[in-house]
Amino acid sequence: MPAAGSEQAVLTGRVLVAGRGGGPLLRLEAPISFWGGVDAGTGRIIDPRHPQHGASVTAQVLALPRSIGSSSGSSILLELLARGRGPAAIVLGEADQILTLGAVVAREMGHAAMPVVLLEPPLLQRLPTPLHIDAEGRQGRSIALS
Amino acid sequence: MHLPESQARLLAGEGGEAAAMAMRILVDMARVAGTREWVAIRSAHVDGCLLHGASGVAFAERLVAGAGQVRVPTTLNVGAMDLRRPDNVRLAGTQRDLAVRLMNAYVAMGCRPTWTCAPYQAGHRPAAGEDVAWAESNAVVFANSVLGARTNRYGDFMDICCALTGCAPRAGLHLPEQRRATTRVDATGLPDRLWRQEAVYPVLGAWLGRELGAEVAVIDGLPADIGEDRLKALGASAASTGAVALFHVAGVTPEAPTVADALGQRPPRRTVRLTLDMIHAARDAMSTTAGEQLDVVALGSPHFSEQEFDALLRALDGRRSRVPLYVCSGRHALAALERRGVLSDLEDAGVRLVADTCVVVTPVIEHAAGVLMTNSGKFAHYSPSLIGHEVVFGSLADCVESAVAGRVMRDASGWQ
Repeated sequence: MPAAGSEQAVLTGRVLVAGRGGGPLLRLEAPISFWGGVDAGTGRIIDPRHPQHGASVTAQVLALPRSIGSSSGSSILLELLARGRGPAAIVLGEADQILTLGAVVAREMGHAAMPVVLLEPPLLQRLPTPLHIDAEGRQGRSIALS
Repeated sequence: MHLPESQARLLAGEGGEAAAMAMRILVDMARVAGTREWVAIRSAHVDGCLLHGASGVAFAERLVAGAGQVRVPTTLNVGAMDLRRPDNVRLAGTQRDLAVRLMNAYVAMGCRPTWTCAPYQAGHRPAAGEDVAWAESNAVVFANSVLGARTNRYGDFMDICCALTGCAPRAGLHLPEQRRATTRVDATGLPDRLWRQEAVYPVLGAWLGRELGAEVAVIDGLPADIGEDRLKALGASAASTGAVALFHVAGVTPEAPTVADALGQRPPRRTVRLTLDMIHAARDAMSTTAGEQLDVVALGSPHFSEQEFDALLRALDGRRSRVPLYVCSGRHALAALERRGVLSDLEDAGVRLVADTCVVVTPVIEHAAGVLMTNSGKFAHYSPSLIGHEVVFGSLADCVESAVAGRVMRDASGWQ
């Protein structure tokens, strides 16, 4: 894994939604439901029981070991992306159809193409910050991090 | 991706622009799920009709403009308005208009205006083994676990895409081998009296969701006559704290005549032995405050059934609530109560009935903050973040006694 600002590294993972995006890394310490967990207007984590309550997902590379809860998570992610308040990229440790769907629909509706990639869970613990994700390739190809 | 002929025709626009757009989204999601195969679905339950912002309205109205019509019977989840009594909802002007536009868009696509998160108690009951596409996390877990129908935990948008095309990617819980339990939860060591009180089920669900994430478990040791409303409460709670889309209860749910059947005759990957301490810890984690202060009582997540209303009336026993007591339900249950002439009994007791929506998804409760008491694991989980209230969890009897007294009262005797 490269330190911030060093040369590109290529990791094997799955590109669930193609795109490019970079920013500071926000690694969630506990799983979250986007509906009821993240404010669709501000991008802030609003669940007072979450250890990162108050942090913003906007413009962050969001690393989620796993997500939980409501099927409205797709709607919250779409609304964030439509308002320009979405994460810069999402890195998942476990496939999540609900968030991935929000990103797919955002692209269909003409909003920013935010990459969603799936990595082996141990890799999530070793991601540098800030981080740029280049997932322009087709699904299943390697993912470039820099 | 190579597509079967019927899906390829929809993608090519032969079923209209809305079906083509829905198919594009489904093809992307099939890639994500890693499958090239499809299942025909028999029904859908759509959660996308609840307002989260203008983006969801734009999506639904684009489908309407593309002449989208559902191809299978489709029910609708709650919206952000009580269409029956609009004054119940304190949503501001523009948001109000958007909420109604969104609800209308889904009706225009041929969905039934059921407006309930408990469609399975409003006549929408798929048969065991049927493939369906349901959203709303509590409805998903109920359809899979209690009815034995097959659905993934679909998010908003996927629900209507499946309904408009009549198909879903063949993946996840549509596959029989994915429905096997891999974890055994051994609840046989807990006393029978614990399982006789309804409040233990949402607590067990909250524990299950945290423990399992998205794993499938079989629970061993629950009473055979557990009843549908208790399974509903268990599932809704597990789907809030975790990503549980299917659980089995040995001797109760359709895919679990025995523990071994639920496990597919294989040994479990792990067994967790449930203790009284684990139940107490899960129960205590559902409240965010202690003390006697009480500002509002909210019941009905998932939406109250007719039987739950009967239990509420029995507990009230002619007494009135001193604090606002909201009960959320669907038109199906309210119509049944009206036919029986008991709706007025509830109103006489000061019960504020909310239909088509619920108190955590849209502004209904008059106090902006304070202490909310509930018997719902889902309300307990979401109220602090969505409406800013502190939460006290208790049984239905605790909630009623507290409402009548105007302060929190909880009976701990059933928890030992």
